[in-house]
Amino acid sequence: MNVNGTAVTGYDAGARLLDVIREHLGLRGTKEGCGVGECGSCTVLLDGEPVCSCLVLAGQAEGREVTTVEGLASCPAGARLREQLVDHQALQCGYCIPGVMVSATAHLSRTEEVTEESVRTAISGNLCRCTGYTKLVSAVLTAASDTGAHS
Amino acid sequence: MKPPPFHYHDPRTVEDTLHLLSELDDAKVIAGGQSLMPMLNMRLAQPGHLVDINRVDGLAGIGWYEPEQVVRIGAATRQRTIEKDPDLARRYPLLPEAISHIGHFQTRNRGTVGGSLAHLDASAELVAVASAAEATLYAASTRAVRAIPMADFPRGHLTTDLTSDELLVAIDVPLWPDGHGYAFEEFARRHGDFALVAAAVLLELDTTHRSIRRCRVSLVGLGPAPIRLTKAEELLNGGVADDDALRSAAALARNLSAVGDDAAPAEYRLALAETLVRRGLRRALRRATQPTTPEVN
Amino acid sequence: MSYFGNRVQRREDPALLTGHGRFIADHQPPGTVHAAFTRSPLAHARIRSVDLSAARAVPGVLAVYTHDDLPGLPKGARLPLHVPNAAITKPHTQAPLADGEVCFAGEAVAVVVAENSYVAEDAAALVAVEYDDLPPVSDIESALNGGHPSHADDADNVAAQLTVGYGDVDTAFAEAAHVVQATLKPHRGGGHAMECRGVLAQPDADGHNLTVRSGTQAPHLVKRSIMDVLGLSGDQVRVIAPPDVGGGFGPKAIVYPEDIIVPALARALGRPVKWIEDRREHFLCTTQERDQIWTVEMALNGDGTLRGLRGTMAHDSGAYLPWGVIMPYISATTTPGPYVLPAYQLHVTCVLTNTVPTTPVRGAGRPQAVFAIERLLDQAADQIGLDRADIRRRNLIPADQMPYEVGLTYRDGSPVIYDSGDYPATLEAGLERAEYTSFAERQRAGRAEGRLLGIGMAFYVEGTGLGPFEGAAVRVQQDGRIVVQTSAAPQGQSHQTVLAQLAADQLGVDIDQVSVVTGDTATMPIGIGTFASRIAVNAGSSVHVAAREVRQKIVDLAAAVLEVDAKDVELADGEVQVAGVPGSGRTFGELARIAQGMPGFSMPGGTAPGLMADSYFSPKRSTYAHGFHVAEIEIDPETGAVDIIHYVVVHDCGKVINPMVVDGQVQGGLAHGVGNALLEVMRYDTSAQPTTTTFADYLLPEAADVPVADVVHLESPTDLNPLGIKGAGEGGTIPAAAAVIAAIENAVAETGVRINHHPVTPAEIHHILHTAAPAEVSA
Repeated sequence: MNVNGTAVTGYDAGARLLDVIREHLGLRGTKEGCGVGECGSCTVLLDGEPVCSCLVLAGQAEGREVTTVEGLASCPAGARLREQLVDHQALQCGYCIPGVMVSATAHLSRTEEVTEESVRTAISGNLCRCTGYTKLVSAVLTAASDTGAHS
Repeated sequence: MKPPPFHYHDPRTVEDTLHLLSELDDAKVIAGGQSLMPMLNMRLAQPGHLVDINRVDGLAGIGWYEPEQVVRIGAATRQRTIEKDPDLARRYPLLPEAISHIGHFQTRNRGTVGGSLAHLDASAELVAVASAAEATLYAASTRAVRAIPMADFPRGHLTTDLTSDELLVAIDVPLWPDGHGYAFEEFARRHGDFALVAAAVLLELDTTHRSIRRCRVSLVGLGPAPIRLTKAEELLNGGVADDDALRSAAALARNLSAVGDDAAPAEYRLALAETLVRRGLRRALRRATQPTTPEVN
Repeated sequence: MSYFGNRVQRREDPALLTGHGRFIADHQPPGTVHAAFTRSPLAHARIRSVDLSAARAVPGVLAVYTHDDLPGLPKGARLPLHVPNAAITKPHTQAPLADGEVCFAGEAVAVVVAENSYVAEDAAALVAVEYDDLPPVSDIESALNGGHPSHADDADNVAAQLTVGYGDVDTAFAEAAHVVQATLKPHRGGGHAMECRGVLAQPDADGHNLTVRSGTQAPHLVKRSIMDVLGLSGDQVRVIAPPDVGGGFGPKAIVYPEDIIVPALARALGRPVKWIEDRREHFLCTTQERDQIWTVEMALNGDGTLRGLRGTMAHDSGAYLPWGVIMPYISATTTPGPYVLPAYQLHVTCVLTNTVPTTPVRGAGRPQAVFAIERLLDQAADQIGLDRADIRRRNLIPADQMPYEVGLTYRDGSPVIYDSGDYPATLEAGLERAEYTSFAERQRAGRAEGRLLGIGMAFYVEGTGLGPFEGAAVRVQQDGRIVVQTSAAPQGQSHQTVLAQLAADQLGVDIDQVSVVTGDTATMPIGIGTFASRIAVNAGSSVHVAAREVRQKIVDLAAAVLEVDAKDVELADGEVQVAGVPGSGRTFGELARIAQGMPGFSMPGGTAPGLMADSYFSPKRSTYAHGFHVAEIEIDPETGAVDIIHYVVVHDCGKVINPMVVDGQVQGGLAHGVGNALLEVMRYDTSAQPTTTTFADYLLPEAADVPVADVVHLESPTDLNPLGIKGAGEGGTIPAAAAVIAAIENAVAETGVRINHHPVTPAEIHHILHTAAPAEVSA
């Protein structure tokens, strides 16, 4: 598989993709929150679409493109989103944030009309216990208006 | 929260897959993994072998068979693929509407049609649709390929008619005329949760647009298998499509029996069933009366 | 310009946003091995035998231990009781590994260490334990009436009893014009920080000393407990809370078996040992809170003014009581709230059950007390025929009675004295923002359309800034940068930002010149912990005081070096100069070098060495924040679904260091309270088996479930600390369940049903609307 554009080999096909990313590659941004696909902390892009990496076997990602939060560093939508999340002071403990970043970036990049409802739906698979979501949603909406995607 | 040890198999053809399933003891098929992976991570399932069908040729895709008037959906087709498919949105919009209720984007990007049906959760959206749609499921093994009507597919709680050496390869969904009415209604505690109760409705008006030529209503969340509300269908088929008729038909849901639990007692599930069927029938009728192009998201 | 009070951006965020946060699981020193625990599947049993052979035979397994053979763990070891109290008759705390008897499902029986976590989990599943079943106690009622002890050697399940109160309640009730009575059942839930717990222990080269990282709210407590249980000396143990901990909310403020076992394993094996809790373990083993049963009555005069409140409260401690009776005690002392309550008496019984121990979860006993008095007030208003806002107006403590002595002793031993606040103004501000006076019209209009609207309100007063202290040290380094060290460890509360704001203000430097080091027992030898909404008050004041002292040292040294009078020296932008003489100055860095001293030379002008100071600000007593919530909701009568359509929060935590941080705490706290009101059920079956052990069964609020808090900020500063601030971490949660449940009850008022428990599910609401007799509905 390619992770953030770099070819990766030598992993156990029967391990969770999450563990390969964190333990094998040492990319520690992707988090485990529940291990059963309910919290979204481990969300990564698989061929551009958000998936829970705790529910994907590494073998299933073979030959595919995986993008983690670290891989969003160079993505323009990711940069705008980061800026707005800081501006809105949307973070608290930050544990859910890598997953939120991945889901929200995917939403911004594929959605023409971003609305409050669409944002709440897009991140509904990402649980956050600290923030109550309000400022996360505002930050994504503002980032969308920067891209012209905000209706 | 880590899967137990297993042998991982990654076949490329249906034939190889079927051989693996016939030869291996204690093998499980993994497709999208949205049901199986949580069970593995919790170690509630500990199969000796996992047969991954993600790379099997010919198991994913949507095919239109006009002479037979069916759409055939490969078992490994991702739910999100169906949700986004423009042809399905136009010609079988019940499917994408139902799928939009499944889990979250993360779930639907991985989850497959066949995976959801083979897991047969008691309140799965696709189970409701397959029931209302009178879908036919195709199960392949080294012995044969057999067609299983959806009505005969459930065999109990999380249990299907599939034998351990069989692979669900595709489902056929009979098409309805353009402009037919449809609705998927569900009540869940939160966005993306499994429904407490869900109703799938298909409805076709006669040429006068005043009477219902035929309709199909299925419910999930009342027991281990989906329930076709045939009494309601019989009441509505051929009758005048007015709100009184829809209300009377929906009220028949109260006569069903339901299995309750801590979160939702049986009586409540039946009340939800009536409400969701009524709302679904109304929406389906409105859509049949004033067809619009559904949005794809 | 001052940083205090301004919307300063968080300094924590850039790393977190790029995946470079440093959480406990992200630390992986070379050679790390992994621990996994074998946990009891039964809620109550005696261990007959444990067979470790199959687990030990798994390739990659380094060691498997039980209570009896873990090197360094004394036989019979128990975790400490953090807050002893004379009222406790059964001071049960947990064995780090089960010692013959297990008292809740999930209690650790054996531990495996292996080369990786997959193998560790595989082997932990192969530890063969034979149990003899003992009768389990699943809840408060069965604890008090079931006839079985939750600990086999006990005669009953009463762990402690205490009575809290003041005034003459008997006369109050004898003379009352109205009495209302209710039985209330607020339900437990979990803290459920998104990051589970974790411990990493590293022995040094000779195996003598240990560095322990724990995802904890209280690193100093962890250190003291490791020393106590394993018999180590203070210089042998350093405990660090990682700079990023993924949420705390209370449950991470106690010491757990794993905090002891993992260090013991590291010493035994001479290798770094890591254990990362998974979410299932978090459901099984991490503490929870809120199950209580209140049977209380309220006495009122004819005009609705309060005469008294009395009754009993049973508190579920779970299987052990690591925090003693702190939580029920906080509940009992929170009850009078913002009201003039002339007489009060509450008998509290703490019971032991075979469930996960309970310790404070965001709110810490207060939500239950607020629920009790606010629900009783609504009931009284209805009985007397008063508007619910009016009955509160008639009873609120007037602003001119501040400071107001309630007549109770708080958990810290000090009298409960509300130091400041204009409660009537808070009430009116909330009602105005909620458009309360026009609600009846909205409700009528809604009814006409078949929509069921309801409005509910709840007031709270919260003791915050609990002492005794939290320390801080401030130092100017030779490069001119400022380092702030504090014993406090953050879990998302923005310590890096807020504490830097305070230091930067005192020293007149840019905030980027300030680094903050948190939660390390090696930099700060004593500390208490990040809980009880206490860090801004305690650590914040310490930073303020220490930085002020450093400022004075800078001035004194500069005066000596520049040979001018101290009053002629001024500080700006990290430089010190003679007032009115540009170019005369020295940088902080230059002065810091001088203050570090030169061999043989005396300190200039007799100044003290080092531009540094520490402070352990110790508040005289707790400072009382308060607030008022108004929830307007709509019910779908056909499904019972509740939609919160407007949620007003009036919040007064005194002066505010950073409004964005406070806003975030309020909104996040509200989400937690909404979860308690509508979604979160931690269910145990009759055999005390937890049945909600994933996020599919235990419902946390998602993005679409949480209302936007419409916040009105009021500021009534306190004089109990130099900053005038109060705690802000829990006010969003404390009254939320009471307000939301009141709104639901209001929406279904035509049924006459009173709702005195939470959460309330759509199924229950549907039942109330369609079938319930007009009576109390209880869980």
